[in-house]
Amino acid sequence: MPDERRTEAAAAKDAAAALADVPREPGAPKPDPILVADDIVRRFGGLTAVDVEHVEIQRGVITGLIGPNGAGKTTFFNVLTGFDQPDNGHWEFNGRSLKGTAAYRVARMGMVRTFQLTKALSRLSVMENMRLGATGQRGESLWQAMLAPLWRAQETANTGRAEKLLERFNLGAKSADFAGSLSGGQRKLLEMARALMVEPELVMLDEPMAGVNPALKQSLLGHVKSLREEGMTVLFVEHDMDMVRDISDWVIVMAQGKIISEGPPEAVMGDQRVIDAYLGAHHDAALTEEEEEQMLAEAERAAEAERAAQGRRA
Amino acid sequence: MDWAPIFTNSIQASIGPEAVVYCLAAIGLNIHFGYTGLLNFGQAGFMAIAGYGLAASVVTFGLPFWLALLIGLGGTVVFALLLGVPTLRLRADYLAIVTIAAAEIVRQLLGSQALRNWFGGKDGRQGFSDPLRAINPFTQDVDLGFMSFSPFEFWVMVIGWILVAVCCLVVWALMRSPWGRVLKAIREDEDAVRSLGKNVYGYKMQSLILGGLIGGLAGFIMGLSRSSIVPDNFQADITFFAWTVLLLGGAATVFGPVVGAILFWLLISVLGNFFSQATAGPDPLMPVWLMDQNQASLVRFIVLGLALMLLMIFRPQGIFGDKRELAINAR
Repeated sequence: MPDERRTEAAAAKDAAAALADVPREPGAPKPDPILVADDIVRRFGGLTAVDVEHVEIQRGVITGLIGPNGAGKTTFFNVLTGFDQPDNGHWEFNGRSLKGTAAYRVARMGMVRTFQLTKALSRLSVMENMRLGATGQRGESLWQAMLAPLWRAQETANTGRAEKLLERFNLGAKSADFAGSLSGGQRKLLEMARALMVEPELVMLDEPMAGVNPALKQSLLGHVKSLREEGMTVLFVEHDMDMVRDISDWVIVMAQGKIISEGPPEAVMGDQRVIDAYLGAHHDAALTEEEEEQMLAEAERAAEAERAAQGRRA
Repeated sequence: MDWAPIFTNSIQASIGPEAVVYCLAAIGLNIHFGYTGLLNFGQAGFMAIAGYGLAASVVTFGLPFWLALLIGLGGTVVFALLLGVPTLRLRADYLAIVTIAAAEIVRQLLGSQALRNWFGGKDGRQGFSDPLRAINPFTQDVDLGFMSFSPFEFWVMVIGWILVAVCCLVVWALMRSPWGRVLKAIREDEDAVRSLGKNVYGYKMQSLILGGLIGGLAGFIMGLSRSSIVPDNFQADITFFAWTVLLLGGAATVFGPVVGAILFWLLISVLGNFFSQATAGPDPLMPVWLMDQNQASLVRFIVLGLALMLLMIFRPQGIFGDKRELAINAR
């Protein structure tokens, strides 16, 4: 156990060191970005859901993406992973442009996501869910599928890898059960384990803590940290501030589609812009007398107008 | 009431060419719906294209029989591509709408006056089964004791059930493979499959083509068993009966469509024979005020419908289906 803690601490220390010189401002350049996005705009009719000028995600660290409801976090996630197409913008993963790349190709390139509403494949067993994640399977081509000897060895190897991952995520005993019979938290674990079967470089977790009971939360946090130890990069969307504070090396805050703040968790949580975004800009400013009078007058005018309208009708 | 012919007739129907046709059509639908979750309501269209591809190639254009078979199958592949390219990227319901419309368009086109020179209009095409007759190894009626088949009928049945066996083998081999796993995963949630790096669109297209090809085989047997093909063979109710067969036997099982087809024809035939006997003669078993002879052939569909409702209520997973899967689905 002490060994493990040291590596985890070491990983966190490395991450902190890498980000030490990065300026605490939106769109800050990072020393070794794995993902770079520019001018991403996504509109739904008249509503601009995402309008991100520039953002970089540092390799090998855990980055949290937070923001109030409707800030455009999930839409931004969908755009980055190819599940949605932006109206404008370009973005690169490992230096390769992802613009117009289909979601399945993005995943094959090593950028794998999970979903806010967990997508366990209910009527497949837990093990089949895991096996599905393995890439480059020969048996997945129609012509080779019919002849089992062509893919059996690969299948055995994948099964072995899946068993190890299930063990690590405490799902070893569930391997033969239907995924649909798992609890909400177990589904989150399964989804994360399944994503690892793809052997990603960048894991994108969309609200990994949503609907997970507190007991399981600690173990989930541990699993996310262990991804960093193994050299993977993690980007997650989350509302749970404890999680954000506990595990993220860097936090990006979105509000109304824009990135308003960036920095290490403690710095960001004290940032006035972030507090304003969450609580409203005037949440603690007292009303002045003129403002009070003005509001009163407005209310009276409105009441007057209504009375007049009623009188006409009568 | 004479029960013996009711049962021999029914057993004959349940293994006859008609049952083979629905069995193959349902195996195709099983790949579409049972394994991939695609809603294909135009299986009759696939059958019509293959059947007419064969008939018109032989009769109208004088091509050799084997080449005509390939043309028929090629036609179903083209049809699947035409249906799939615009709809498979969209939600499942769009495929359902497009297939049901496309199958009707195909039927109307094949029966149209404008294309009469090719497809023979409402009279269809006859005489394309002669090359198959020429190689028929059965020279006299095949008598199985309590029932007998004409030589050609039996020949088509043998070919048909061999095709069914081969298709079942293919479905079994594919669905235990990683390829089949991807299809089943798409049925559950295609976005999850996409997020794991699988080309969902490509797999759906492969599934649509494969199921359509097997539907095409059903079209061949349909035409060959009657030695004639007319547009009205391919009305929409053919598709719905094939769906019934599939759900009766149990979707997403290898033998579900086979058992479903046999049972479906057994049921339809028992009911038909029973009601026609019960209303026949000067003093029928069934009082005339309840049902006369003209109504008898329709009543069997009413009773069949009732039986299917009861099946769906008390055994919704079909005969072979796994109840545990259904329990999960209901959540």
